[in-house]
Amino acid sequence: MLKNILSPDFINAILRASTPILFATLASAIASKSGITNMALEGMLLFSALFGVIFSSLTHSFLGGLLITMVIGGLIGFFLAFFILQLKTDEILAAIALNLIATGGTVLLMLAVSGDRGASTSISSVSAPTIYIPGVAQIPFLGKVLSGQNLMTWLSLIAVVVVHIFLYKTPMGLKIRAVGENKNAAESVGISSKKIQYIALVLSGVLCSMGGYFLSGGYMNMFTKDMSAGKGFIALAASSMGADTPIGGFLVTMLFGIAQALGNLMQLTTIPTELIQMIPYLTTLIGLAIYSYAVMKRKNRLGAHN
Amino acid sequence: MLAKETVLEMQHIMKIYSNGVVANEDVSLDLKKGEIHALLGENGAGKSTLMKVLFGIEIPDQGKILLNGAETTIKSPQDAISKGIGMVHQHFMLLPSLTVAENIILGVEPRKKKFFIDMKQAIRSAKEIAEKYNFDIDVSARVEEIPVGIKQKVEILKALYRGADILILDEPTAVLTPQETEELFIQLEKLRDDGHTVIFISHKLDEIKRICDRATIMRSGKSMGTYNVNEISTSDMSKLMVGREVVLEFDKQPAKVKDVMLSVSHLDAYNAQGVQKVRDLSFDLHGGEILGIAGVEGNGQSELIDAITGMSKKYSGTITIKGEDIKNDSIRDIRQKKLAHIPEDRMTAGCAAHLNIQENMFANQYTDPKYSGKVMLKSKVIQMRSDELIKEYLVKCKSQKQEVGMLSGGNIQKVIVAREFSTGPDIIIANQPTRGIDVGASEFIRRKLLEFRDAGCAVILVSADLNEIFSLSDRLAVMYKGNFSGVFTDVAKVTEEELGQYMLGLKNDSENGGASHE
Amino acid sequence: MSNSVKRFEVFRMFFAIVISLLISFVIIFLVSKEPLTAIYTLITGPFKSRRNFANVIEAMIPLMFTGIGVCIMFSANQINLAGEGAFHLGGLVASVVALQLGLPAGVSPVVAILLSGLVGAVFTAIPAVLKIKTNSSILVSSLMLNYIALWFATFILMHFICDPSIGSASYTIPDASTLPTLIAKTRIHPGLILALACAVLGYIFLFKSKIGYELRLTGQNEEFAKYSGINIVKVVLVSQLLGGFIAGMGGGVELLSPIYTRFSWTSLLGYGWDAIIICTLSKNNPLYTPLAALFLAYLRTGASIMARYTDVTLEIVQITQGIIILLVVAEQFLSGYKHKMIAKEAMASLKEEEVH
Repeated sequence: MLKNILSPDFINAILRASTPILFATLASAIASKSGITNMALEGMLLFSALFGVIFSSLTHSFLGGLLITMVIGGLIGFFLAFFILQLKTDEILAAIALNLIATGGTVLLMLAVSGDRGASTSISSVSAPTIYIPGVAQIPFLGKVLSGQNLMTWLSLIAVVVVHIFLYKTPMGLKIRAVGENKNAAESVGISSKKIQYIALVLSGVLCSMGGYFLSGGYMNMFTKDMSAGKGFIALAASSMGADTPIGGFLVTMLFGIAQALGNLMQLTTIPTELIQMIPYLTTLIGLAIYSYAVMKRKNRLGAHN
Repeated sequence: MLAKETVLEMQHIMKIYSNGVVANEDVSLDLKKGEIHALLGENGAGKSTLMKVLFGIEIPDQGKILLNGAETTIKSPQDAISKGIGMVHQHFMLLPSLTVAENIILGVEPRKKKFFIDMKQAIRSAKEIAEKYNFDIDVSARVEEIPVGIKQKVEILKALYRGADILILDEPTAVLTPQETEELFIQLEKLRDDGHTVIFISHKLDEIKRICDRATIMRSGKSMGTYNVNEISTSDMSKLMVGREVVLEFDKQPAKVKDVMLSVSHLDAYNAQGVQKVRDLSFDLHGGEILGIAGVEGNGQSELIDAITGMSKKYSGTITIKGEDIKNDSIRDIRQKKLAHIPEDRMTAGCAAHLNIQENMFANQYTDPKYSGKVMLKSKVIQMRSDELIKEYLVKCKSQKQEVGMLSGGNIQKVIVAREFSTGPDIIIANQPTRGIDVGASEFIRRKLLEFRDAGCAVILVSADLNEIFSLSDRLAVMYKGNFSGVFTDVAKVTEEELGQYMLGLKNDSENGGASHE
Repeated sequence: MSNSVKRFEVFRMFFAIVISLLISFVIIFLVSKEPLTAIYTLITGPFKSRRNFANVIEAMIPLMFTGIGVCIMFSANQINLAGEGAFHLGGLVASVVALQLGLPAGVSPVVAILLSGLVGAVFTAIPAVLKIKTNSSILVSSLMLNYIALWFATFILMHFICDPSIGSASYTIPDASTLPTLIAKTRIHPGLILALACAVLGYIFLFKSKIGYELRLTGQNEEFAKYSGINIVKVVLVSQLLGGFIAGMGGGVELLSPIYTRFSWTSLLGYGWDAIIICTLSKNNPLYTPLAALFLAYLRTGASIMARYTDVTLEIVQITQGIIILLVVAEQFLSGYKHKMIAKEAMASLKEEEVH
């Protein structure tokens, strides 16, 4: 078992399992930083998983498929923002509605496009390529980790850095954080909070769609019904446990990846799979409780301090 | 004083709110370059409205604004900022999780390579501007970690960074310690010497005397004139500021004072942020009397009320109701000792806007066996009683099933009063019971308070309406900095001038033993 | 609420439903080769046969249970989505009791259903307790708990009650535990009566009892509730316990009903999400949940008949549901009309005052 954990395959398993969640976690982080809980990640993942398959097949290109999926992801984000910000729909109920529409809509759409039910077996989609780095592959251990990863996995890691820079080094990022923390204060210096939240939700949709794309074009090579399987919710939890920061979210996501990968390994042991499947959710539940408790204590201290 | 050039003039400003309240009536104000100009007035005198007009938050109905001699309109805060007007709000508009520098540059970020914030440049400019005005601030610290005094400096720097020539400070010293206040004054003087104009909103006459050049005094939406501060005495200032417009007449019976109902001794109370607001306060309240508490808002009135009613337990000292200590009592326990409470903010604590009148009327007494059994509410009794109360308290509504939020302010307040008074209380805590409601409803509520007092009930009345305080109180206390600066047993003999002096801390009996006035 | 505003709300909801259906029809036109047949089957299918109509009633029952449960939880303004897991665990507990305890007929279903309710109650209280003790979000913890419930139930299924001859289902629920059918040739069972009773009792609880009153006050304005002397912690706990109890009971009832012969739930069934639309349509009033559940069950039964006979799949209903939620909850949807109406009323009442 220990030998398995120390192998490059184990690290690869972690990365593979965490890639879609990582994208969604970053998506959640941006939305949360602007002050909106994006519980629609689940539906966004599902939609973009299907669109990825459809459009990569139509364009015969991975890149074409990805780009179109990202655009649609942005549009879904805009749709959600329109209901929340314009029509004043409760953000949680709007998200629940969007998730329902995604669950039904994807199945219907798949059927309409390909005649498939359950899984998109008849669509010949183009998956994201695996990146082999010549020369590196020969390096022991590290070579197997660095080389042979799916492109989307690399992109997700790059996205962590990009989102971090975006949130903390650019004027727009600063505005997003300002709006999320105190709308009035932001508006007092001339920032339109509505506009900023629109932008944040659109970006959230774009990021999430990349995770969805990986689900059906990397993690698997087709779309299957309900394939997001709660990953959007895990991302929501991961993001809030990581204080809605990209780096924090990344670390928590890796923790899930480890839990998941460990779970896969433990399937070789006598521990029942069902209990292993429970681990990521249980970790989140407990982790979130501990984290929230710590935040609460800290706030109380600060309050008493002033 | 040298005649300085006028930078800004507000002429004949008139502002009427949509609910018909005339907040500013023909108010004029002129500001000179390089002066600190005090804006003095009671709560509700129209200072805030005037400043909102100047800062572009409110559009005036009449009057004009001249900036450097040219007529201009100020459409929004952004517009005001771009015209060189900055405002430091009483409640800071800062983002705690961001650094000082980030707060300063928010919305006007220096950029590098087009897409990124030039943080080095930001820190540099923030430092530069801080040094220029002698502000000793670590610009890379997070705002949540710095004390209140520094936060205020950050607010001032924010305005200066945006190029403010005219700086509005809304009660800037309210949250500061004496040392911080002194520091602020030195900085304000430096700003003045630098050619900036500062509008200093305050009730504190000593502070105005200390640093202001001129003062405009407002009362009831009108300007009482602008004076050179060194040519007017503080007592004249307070006389101009505090005045009674109408004398309310009630045929009030002399109070028949009974036993002590409520006793407060050596009370120290703290607000939610842990700041001490009540200091070593002691007093007794008797049945059959109305104790009026006057005072400028924020001198500990809210914290005193919260401690007595159980809304907050952040206090030390003893509060007893009919001899029993209430420190460990829940709000319900305290209410069961027959205490009624009309809360300061009727929409936050006083009612549930989306529930109907009936549902709002029994929130404090549904556990009474009259209205409920062990498990169930007695709907029929409640319904009948609601109708009675609606009649008795003259609540104008379609039926008891109407949502409370759909009623007018006065009628909402009547629902609250009906609820609180219908329990047959022994003690009534009325915090701003008639604020912002129509004359008819106010009159009605005042008469009810007197009725209860005549029936032997002990009443505390906290009010910003001095007419109300004067006409209802049997004893009058003025609250200043967490204690009673004066207590008057013969209310009729108190002059407005005297009251003003106590409210503003020019006179303070609590400092020399707390003598009571006959 | 005044009558005309209430009437307007009813109209608005009706309008939202009509628009949602129209959008769904448009989608059917887009995806189907036989759209008219599909829509016709969707609408008339449930009335085609006694069995079809019975299916509507059968489908109503679990929707009502979770709907009422969530109504109670949401009335305290707590967004707890653990109703889904409570329902799932309820089914599990009922099957375990039925299979393992060997209680006599008559007693067994009662014990099973009560126990499933209790487990459901404890389950939905977890996020509330976590919120009270650690301040962690009820929403997020309840989402996680649903999956924990799913895998826990699957674990018990696979390792303790699994029928090896089937693979992923339990042994057959013994006759002593199953609920009888109420009406011959249908699978309508006494759960219907229990659900209707819950709707009435839930209404009485929320609107006529002391604790229900406290609960609504807290849900509407926590500060006001505190000021009135209400113990908020107690209220939140009671509401989440009771809501979970009803949802859990629903799971137990469903599993013991003639619809199921074994426990075979290896994925979440989605009744927790359906409960939210029931709640939205019934405006958090349990008394209206039968109507909302009837509507949803009708739609679903119609859709499943449509799916059987035409090329449109069942999932169209989820889209309809989603759009209904969006339109019903969108405050600004038709808000212009509402404002006009309120203004008109205000004017009218002003005139009335002048007359007096």
